[in-house]
Parts: sequence; C-alpha cells; structure tokens
Amino acid sequence: MDLILVNLIDGLVTGLLLFMLSAGLTLIFSMMGVLNFAHASFYMLGAYFAYQISTYVGFWMGLLIAPPIVGLVGAAVERYGLRRVHQYGHVPELIFTFGLALLIEELVKFIWGNDQIPYQIPEILEGAAFSISSYDIPAYKVFMIFLSLAIFLGLLYVLTRTRVGMIIQAALSYPRTVEALGHNVPLVFMGVFGVGTALAGVAGVIAGPVLSTFPGMAVVLGSIVFVTIVIGGLGSLGGALVAALIIGWLTTFAKAYNVRMEDILTGLGFNKPDPIWDSAWRDLWTLTSPQIADILPYLLMVLILVFRPYGLFGKRDV
Amino acid sequence: MTDTAQTSQARAQGGVTLSAALPWIIAGLFLLVMPFIFQSNSAITIMNQMAITIIFALSYNMLLGQGGMLSFGHAVYMGVGGFLCVHIMNWEIFGSLPLPILPIFGGIFGLILALIVGSFSTRKAGTVFAMISLGVGELIAACSVIIVVFFGGEEGISGDRTYGLPFFGIEFLTQIEVYYLIAFWLLVSALLMYLFSRTPIGRMANAVRDNPERAEFLGYSARWVRFYSFIAAGFFAGIAGGLFAINYEILTEENLNLHTSGSILLVTFLGGVGFFFGPIIGAIVFTLLQTVLSLETELWALYVGALFVATVMFFPGGLSGVLMMHGTPIKLGKWRMLVKPYIKVLVPAVLCILGLAGFIELMFHARHAAIGESEMTLFWTTFDHSNPMPWIVFAVLALGGFWLARKGSPELTGAWHEANTPDEVSE
Repeated sequence: MDLILVNLIDGLVTGLLLFMLSAGLTLIFSMMGVLNFAHASFYMLGAYFAYQISTYVGFWMGLLIAPPIVGLVGAAVERYGLRRVHQYGHVPELIFTFGLALLIEELVKFIWGNDQIPYQIPEILEGAAFSISSYDIPAYKVFMIFLSLAIFLGLLYVLTRTRVGMIIQAALSYPRTVEALGHNVPLVFMGVFGVGTALAGVAGVIAGPVLSTFPGMAVVLGSIVFVTIVIGGLGSLGGALVAALIIGWLTTFAKAYNVRMEDILTGLGFNKPDPIWDSAWRDLWTLTSPQIADILPYLLMVLILVFRPYGLFGKRDV
Repeated sequence: MTDTAQTSQARAQGGVTLSAALPWIIAGLFLLVMPFIFQSNSAITIMNQMAITIIFALSYNMLLGQGGMLSFGHAVYMGVGGFLCVHIMNWEIFGSLPLPILPIFGGIFGLILALIVGSFSTRKAGTVFAMISLGVGELIAACSVIIVVFFGGEEGISGDRTYGLPFFGIEFLTQIEVYYLIAFWLLVSALLMYLFSRTPIGRMANAVRDNPERAEFLGYSARWVRFYSFIAAGFFAGIAGGLFAINYEILTEENLNLHTSGSILLVTFLGGVGFFFGPIIGAIVFTLLQTVLSLETELWALYVGALFVATVMFFPGGLSGVLMMHGTPIKLGKWRMLVKPYIKVLVPAVLCILGLAGFIELMFHARHAAIGESEMTLFWTTFDHSNPMPWIVFAVLALGGFWLARKGSPELTGAWHEANTPDEVSE
C-alpha cells in the first residue's frame, strides 16, 4: 500500500513534468499545425541557461530568468526561422524543427561540452519533505509537483478567463476569422511559440538537477513528449494532461513492480522450455516489466494511432 | 518529375533510347574506373560507405520526395534487412549461397516489415505518418536490446562474409571485391528505383503527394498508392542493409535508432528531394563532409547541422534544386551573365564562412583545450589561441566577407532575373 503511494507520487512528478513540455507543444501544434521537433531542445536550453545563471546568482534567480530567455529564443526562432519555412508547407516545417533540434544539441555541446554539468538542486530543498512508512519523499519532488500544478492552473486561467486567452482559443480554431477581426495573428503565433518554449524551459530548469543535465537530455525526453501529445490527442490540453499522467504512472509502476513474463506464461499454462538459454523463445520468457518500461509509451502510441487516430481526447485528425 | 517531357518522348519513339540509357552507362563506367583512380584502401572504404548511403537515401526519397511521406524511422528497414543478412552469414546454408545474392534476402525482409508497418501507417501522409514512423522506429530500436535472439543485445551481431560459396572463385576477402559487389547492387537498385518512379504507380505516388483528394477523385486509392511506395522503399532499404552487413560484417542497435533515421533525412534533404539524382549528390557530399570534416575538426556535426538548417530555410530544393535552377539560364544561353556576379558574391561568402568557422574553432579551443595547450593548427597554420592576432584576422574575414557578399547580392539578384527572362523576340 505504502509502495503504491510512493509510486503514485513518483509517477505524478514524471507525468507533470511531461505535461509541462507537452502543454506548450500541443498549444503550438493546434495553433500553427507545426509539430515542433525541437521542443525538448528548448527544455534542454532551459536547464543549461538556468545552470549558467545559477553559477552567478543562485538557483532561484535561474528559475526566474532562464524561462523568459528560452521563450525569447523560441520567439526568435518562430519569427526568423519557422515563418520563413511556413510557405513551403508542413513537412518542411517539421524538417526544419528537426534540423533545429540537431543544431541546438551541437551548440550546447559546443558551449558546455559533452559531459554532464554539475547543476544541483538548491540546499533548501535537499533532504526529505516527509516519509511514507520507510520511504522518504524528497522535498524537491514536492516542490516540482506544486510548481507544475501552479503553472497548469495559471495556464488554465489565462486561456479560459482572460482576453488574451480568448483570442488564442479563437485563433486555434478559426485563425482567418480572428485575423479578419483585426487581431495580429502572426504576433499571436509568435507569442504562443514563445510561451510554449518558455514552459519547456521551466520544465528544463526544474528537471535539470534531478534528471541530470547533459547534451543528450533532449533526445531522451523528446520522443516521449511527442508520444504524449499524440496519445492525448493533438491540440487537446486536457488530453495532454491525461496522457502525461498515464505515461508517468505506467512507466513508474512498470519499473517498480517486477512483473515477469515467465509467471504470466506459466499462469497461462505454457511450459517453460528447458534449457532456457537454447530456446528461440528465451527472450520472451525472460522478459520483465522494468525492461520494457521505456518502450511502453511507444507501444501505447502505435496502438492508439492504429485504433483511434484522433488520440484520447482529440477532436480533429492529426 | 522534371524530365517528364523527355521520357514521354522516349516512350513515343518506342523502347529504350540511347539518350535515356546514356546516364546509366556513364554511371556504370564511372563506378568501374573509380577504384583505379582512387586506389588507397581508405578511399575504397569511403566509396563503399557512399554507395550504401546512396541506395539508402534513394530508397528514403521514394517516401519523402516521391510520395510526400516524411519518415523518422526508415533506418529500421535497413537495419532489420542487415540483421537478417548477418544471421544468414552465420547459418550453415550460407556455405552453399553465393554472397552477391545475399542482399536480396535483406530486401525481402525489409519488405515484409514494411508490409506490416505500412498496413496501418500509410493511411495518412504528413504528420500522422511521421509520428507513426517515429513511434515504430523507437519501438524497434528499443526492442533491439530486449530481443537478444535476433538483435544480439547491446553488442549487436557479427558474421563473416567469406564463408559463402565462392562466386566464380571470388571469396570477397578484399575491400576492392566488396566494392564491385556493392557497385553492382548500387547500379541495379538505382536503375530499378528510377524505373519504379516511371511506372504508373510511381507517377501516382507523385499525384498523391501533391493532391491526395484529386487523386482519389480520379479513382485511385491514395492509401494503396502510398502503401506500394512504402513497401518498395522498405525493400530497397533492406538491400542497403544487406550491403551494409556484407561491408561491415556487424550490425548493432545503432543501425536502427533515431540518429541513423535522422541522418538519412539530412542526407536526402541536403541533396534535394525534388529530383531523382538529388539523394545521390546528398549521399556523396554528406559522406565526404563526414569523413573529411570529422578528420579536421571535432565540431563537424555543428557545421553539418547549420548547413542543414540553412538548406531547409533558404534552399528547400537542396543541392540538386540549386543546380537545376540554372537550367533556364543555360537554355537561354545567358549563363555567362551570372559568372561575374557569382564570383563577386560567392568568394566573399566563402571567406565569411571560413572566417566564422575559424572564429568558432578558436572559441572552442580556448574553452575546451587542456590547460597549457594553447597552440592549435587551423588552415595549415599553427598559432596560439591566447594571441589576439588570429581572433582579429578571423573576425575581419567573417565580417568583411559578409559585408562584401551583402554588397554584391543586389547585382546577383538583378543578373539572375535578367538571365532568366527570355529575350524579346523582335522580328
């Protein structure tokens, strides 16, 4: 029981982190029809910028300053890169963001080197916040949960209760009409792109210290973020949240509980071949759930795309 | 898709014309004499790698260029084909099998996998297809660590090509023998892929790429057309995989992952997706860049990445697109007008890029070199990075080159416009 609770919290942390990335990505997608392949690269930039700032003025200023800088970089990319490529169509846009992801990774390697950098959590958040029976819950995780929730609520408020949010929502579904009403849609696009990448930057700032900050961090998370928004349904914020949580919990539980294929197969009445190392099925028999935890999201995505191409909550076709 | 007129002409005359066959004959002769020009072992290694990349890139362009399907997981089909070929090398039956036909098995296996994946992934083109290909690609790449029987886990699997049945006494012990095997397959598969693009189904693939709705109205199922292109691409990727297996005799997880899939996208796009020969140029240039630049600098990936992004932004037609842009001026006999403005812009532009690269190298060296090692060699000169002189030289080169190129560009635009307008017929 206690272990379930601990895993629930762990999965929640992962899920909320994924959500912070996928929220920006799905906003950008539903607005411009662009799947930003480089989204996770902005997450990485967030972590690196925050580290660089934190070496001068400490973690908290990094948390405050790095995301807006990432947002500015993102807005500049939209203004000077994507807008230019937009005329060629969606596929070149996707290729552009793919190239951008490569370029950002190389730039990060160029500036900060190939190795992991010592980006640490602040002292005040070290140690455990509370413990469930014998399991300590680190204070930093609690901080991550609260920060992500605050951002989620803030985003929800802005999108549903403010004038800017209304315009964004309108531009999501009817960009031409909104433009006809006199709003500067390209500016809205740039703003959304900037905010979306800034959100990814926040995720990077807070995830950097726990998931380690190295040039490959974008690749590690990049595809999973895609998977999240595809499962949730492209363009759906709620879907992104649900999918992020599902993926968070799915992978956490698969890693925590060692479900062995051997037990399942024996339970189904199959006989274990003997000797096992000589059998063609040995990989199937020795399969365990921690082994496949990382590919479960992809499996889920392929299944979703095959059976429900709209995703869980998506309304429109991808 | 450009020389439609030419082909229909050829078809009207009936059969294969010399002008249609000529490029292939030249290519064949070229492949034949290359090893006599570049005799060193390393050159042949590079050429082998190049030829395999060309087949792979051409097969990728069947999807991206001809079918409008952006795939992020094409390495998978090449990979599984290669893995199967290595397995065949390790089976006893290999002793009674001549090595040159081995790639066919890779191709068939790639085709079977493409058959399975394509059955659900080709329903839509564009973003959905890209996402499914990414998902399937990551899935299979991740499986390679789990399904050890087939993929060999982290260390991969290796074989020995020389156990095969000798082919007219050739046992493929040396690189040069392997080169001719690969060159043969390169010519055959390139020809087949070209012919595929000329068949009605290849033509329909273009139509479906440009306007699926209209193609459907004409009575073609966009999905089936995509499906056929997809499995054909899978087949040729599998052949490339088989050749990879023969050449390197080892396959690992690296042959399946996103990195490989991404770099073939890079190669193809760099060469240009609009023309059949685009990926060939892309593969040659990229392999050269990779081998030459990576010897010279640690930062080669940075330059290639920047080149790629610049290509997408400014020359979406890729290298072949840029080359073919000059068709009109040449046809009009006005290409001479372009020479002078080109020199005026390109020379400073090259200087600017060299200066920038030098500056970047200096910065990189100053940041990451071991303490006390302040000497570095760049452009065949050795200097100290703590000395301000090289910094100034490179900065001046970069800025001055940029300024000069900027200054010359209006003239180039004017000349370009002029060279592309036909003369008024004043008769």
